[in-house]
Amino acid sequence: MVSVRSVYTQPSSLTYSDLPWIIEHREDRCTLCGQCTAVCPKQAIYLTYRRQRVPKLDILKKKRGNDYRHFVGIRQNTEVDKMCIGCGMCSSVCPNEAIGPVPNQNEHRSRFHMDQKGDSWKRGGRRNAPGKTILDRISFGRISMLTDPALDAGRHEFSTNTILGRVLPPEEFLRRKASGEWIPPTREIFPFVIGSMSFGALSPNMWLGLLQGVAYCNEVLGIPVVMATGEGGCPPWVLKSPFLKYIILQIASGYFGWDEIIRAIPDMQCDPAAIEIKYGQGAKPGDGGLLMWFKVSKLIARLRGVPEGVDLPSPPVHQTLYSIEESVMKMIQTMSMAFNFRVPVYPKISGSTSAKSVLNNLVRNPYAGALLIDGIDGGTGAAYNVSMDATGHPIASNLRECYQELVAQGRQNEIPLFAAGGVGKNGNVTQNGMALIMLGASGVHIGKYIMQACAGCLGNEMGRCNVCNVGICPKGITSQNEKLFRRLDPDDVAQRVADTFSSIKTEMKKIMAPLGRSQSLPIGMSDALGIDDADAAKRLGIKYAC
Amino acid sequence: MCRLALKTADIPFSPYEVLTGMEAMQEGYDGSGLGLLLRGVSFEDYKYKKEEQIILSGIAHTEQAFNRLQRLMEERGFEQDYDHRFKVNADLVEAKDRYQYIVRVYNKPDGLTTEELEERLMQTRLFLRKNGEEHGNDLTIFSFWSDVVTIKEVGWPLQVGDALGLNDDRIKARVVMAQGRQNTNYGINLYACHPFFIQGIATMTNGENSAFVPIKEWLEGKKIPGYMGYQSDSEVFAHILHYVTKKLGLPLAAYKHVITPLKTEELNAHPQGDFLKGLRTACRRLIIDGPNAIIGTLPDETCMLAMDAKKLRPATVGGRPGAWAIASEMCGVEALVPDRDPSLDFQPMREHTVIIPPERKELQIWSQFDQFTLSQAA
Ligand code: SF4
Ligand code: SF4
Repeated sequence: MVSVRSVYTQPSSLTYSDLPWIIEHREDRCTLCGQCTAVCPKQAIYLTYRRQRVPKLDILKKKRGNDYRHFVGIRQNTEVDKMCIGCGMCSSVCPNEAIGPVPNQNEHRSRFHMDQKGDSWKRGGRRNAPGKTILDRISFGRISMLTDPALDAGRHEFSTNTILGRVLPPEEFLRRKASGEWIPPTREIFPFVIGSMSFGALSPNMWLGLLQGVAYCNEVLGIPVVMATGEGGCPPWVLKSPFLKYIILQIASGYFGWDEIIRAIPDMQCDPAAIEIKYGQGAKPGDGGLLMWFKVSKLIARLRGVPEGVDLPSPPVHQTLYSIEESVMKMIQTMSMAFNFRVPVYPKISGSTSAKSVLNNLVRNPYAGALLIDGIDGGTGAAYNVSMDATGHPIASNLRECYQELVAQGRQNEIPLFAAGGVGKNGNVTQNGMALIMLGASGVHIGKYIMQACAGCLGNEMGRCNVCNVGICPKGITSQNEKLFRRLDPDDVAQRVADTFSSIKTEMKKIMAPLGRSQSLPIGMSDALGIDDADAAKRLGIKYAC
Repeated sequence: MCRLALKTADIPFSPYEVLTGMEAMQEGYDGSGLGLLLRGVSFEDYKYKKEEQIILSGIAHTEQAFNRLQRLMEERGFEQDYDHRFKVNADLVEAKDRYQYIVRVYNKPDGLTTEELEERLMQTRLFLRKNGEEHGNDLTIFSFWSDVVTIKEVGWPLQVGDALGLNDDRIKARVVMAQGRQNTNYGINLYACHPFFIQGIATMTNGENSAFVPIKEWLEGKKIPGYMGYQSDSEVFAHILHYVTKKLGLPLAAYKHVITPLKTEELNAHPQGDFLKGLRTACRRLIIDGPNAIIGTLPDETCMLAMDAKKLRPATVGGRPGAWAIASEMCGVEALVPDRDPSLDFQPMREHTVIIPPERKELQIWSQFDQFTLSQAA
């Protein structure tokens, strides 16, 4: 008999039923092949020896006794850092349907213990806010039944592209054209952009898959998709390849990877699609990028010019720049000059109450090519839980305010506004994106949606998976561990990228046709929007429809 | 769907002729209203001099409004020379608050440059319009320009014509634009009735402008006087035409490139693709999305017809040297210029702008794929 007092507990001892996900293991089906424990990136389950007492009663010998049997079993880990994340890889490899995670209906005691060693909880970016977003609730209602013959989404030609880059007022364009002056560069791109996810955040296979897919969209399907790199540079072979024109290079406060980029300029075959200067991120304003040491592999270390296996936090601000005015002057002009004024340069900021002031600053700077505003629902890198859940501004109203500010000045789309942050969060990517476009965006950036749709990312807003930051992505999407990233086939990712953008394009037509729009993207066509919430309708300046 | 008709001829004709052309197309509209714009005007009992005189068109709904108008015009230094009185048959007029239809000729004020005068005329029109709105809409002002008469009224077009006695030949014109139907997408409002007018430029449209709100917001943001109102989604077509020709100083042929630019692949093969791509980007907020047939006239009596990029609205042009007609339907053209060769009637496609120059000798059919005649574009 073991005395109760000798049961060892410590303040953060938990049982598996305290964790968000509980492994259900059916010993009757299990053949102990060990596949589940091998595949689990969290080591949330382990194979272990158990001893079982087998009572023994020999009647003839009139003797009682014990025997012990040893057997192998599967158990769930109860340490917080090894807790199950519900990814379900175990069940996907189990040949006998003997194992799988189930969500814990009880409260999660583990929440109270996630700050071990004095470190607050960080995760891969998903805000703990399930349910419909404001964007999901917007519907497109301006369907003319009066004089407008509905267009046929299948047969009509639709122009679904947008412009990235500074657009001059017509008078100024004509004046400069006549006098041969510099005209800011613009790009005609697909309005759904693969947003910044760095080479470092993503595994090499994921990156390769995305790039292949993007190239296919452009060169075969004729959908001019571009993708942004995020901080951390770009593989040198890409910099010197003709694919660079599909890539938006990001420069962020850590300037990681920019040595390589600058050195590659003389060898570039073409210009990049644009340069994005990151000032802030929607999911974690006040934090710079953070690539945790788990993911700083040899390759990443070389690309970024840092030692292997160290944390790579970027400062939250550009250390050399004091104010946004200065940033604009120094960074935008410098980057424009580096690419000989042939490449649009634009900043990315967190959605915030100061977005409008930033915008007004940019409007007055002739070199600023666009503004990307990232709302609170965005972000895929490592972020503090508290930042993701509680700091920032939702994108819809923030974008709308900025657009209306431009409208008041008669300068809408001169600075194209791009919006990001939760687009497609619940799978309604085209609907979300088009809602933002009609609220005034020239285009949207999508990150998580692409990981989910094109690479099968398992993460959700209810705490499923989200271990992108620690390099153990069960799907191999955000891991630098080759045992893990070999799970992902780049060709398959590329295929899914092509599928995804083709269907986004089809859905765009299905939205545009009944509105009678086909020649241009319905940017700012707010008369087409309705929402079932009177307050939201008022705030966004759209119709209340219920 | 509304029906449009325009006739332009060397010899002035009665606007009633165009109303009969409208009647030929009667199945296409509900007769809820009529808008008429006359250019190259001549009065039976008055010798109008285009170079020296300007015409104010509108409606005074009450006697007070009428007297106020009189006073305001005097105060603003406009000297009246002629007041055209329609022989009104009030029984045929649906609305009961029409005190006086106004077509009055004023002498041009002296000592102004053309630009100053044009500005002054528009400001006066806007001032009067605003004044009417401030007094419970008792005064409606359609146009104030040299050589332009505008008449708008609720009701079946032919009946409106009878009500105003337009068949008595007391007023004639070389160009007449007519549209049958009030604006029905938004509220019924006399200002919402086509043709729309700004500084000598007038357009009327068949269809619906899906891109109305973004275009309107952009035009309003330009803060150009006169870019206001927008009781109708078609009003922006007149303002875009004004913006392209007057503010940007581009030739008429550029209008189509602004409202319905070619696709990138098409522009890549265009002799001035580079310029046109830049123009498309700069003016992309003015892209209309149709479906529309746009008929317009310019101060020099040039007439034009252009389609949206989908060509979802009917329009035909036909005629002979000296007389041309543009109408929504062939029967409309037939009624307006019966002595033409109908086999030469032309229905423009998505890339065409049909231009009838003031000499009215022949049609110009201008395609967007053609070389653009602009020095700076070369
Ligand atoms: S669900 Fe994922 S984390 Fe949980 S035990 Fe299975 S493989 Fe491991
Ligand atoms: S599957 Fe990979 S990328 Fe997706 S949430 Fe999990 S760790 Fe992150």
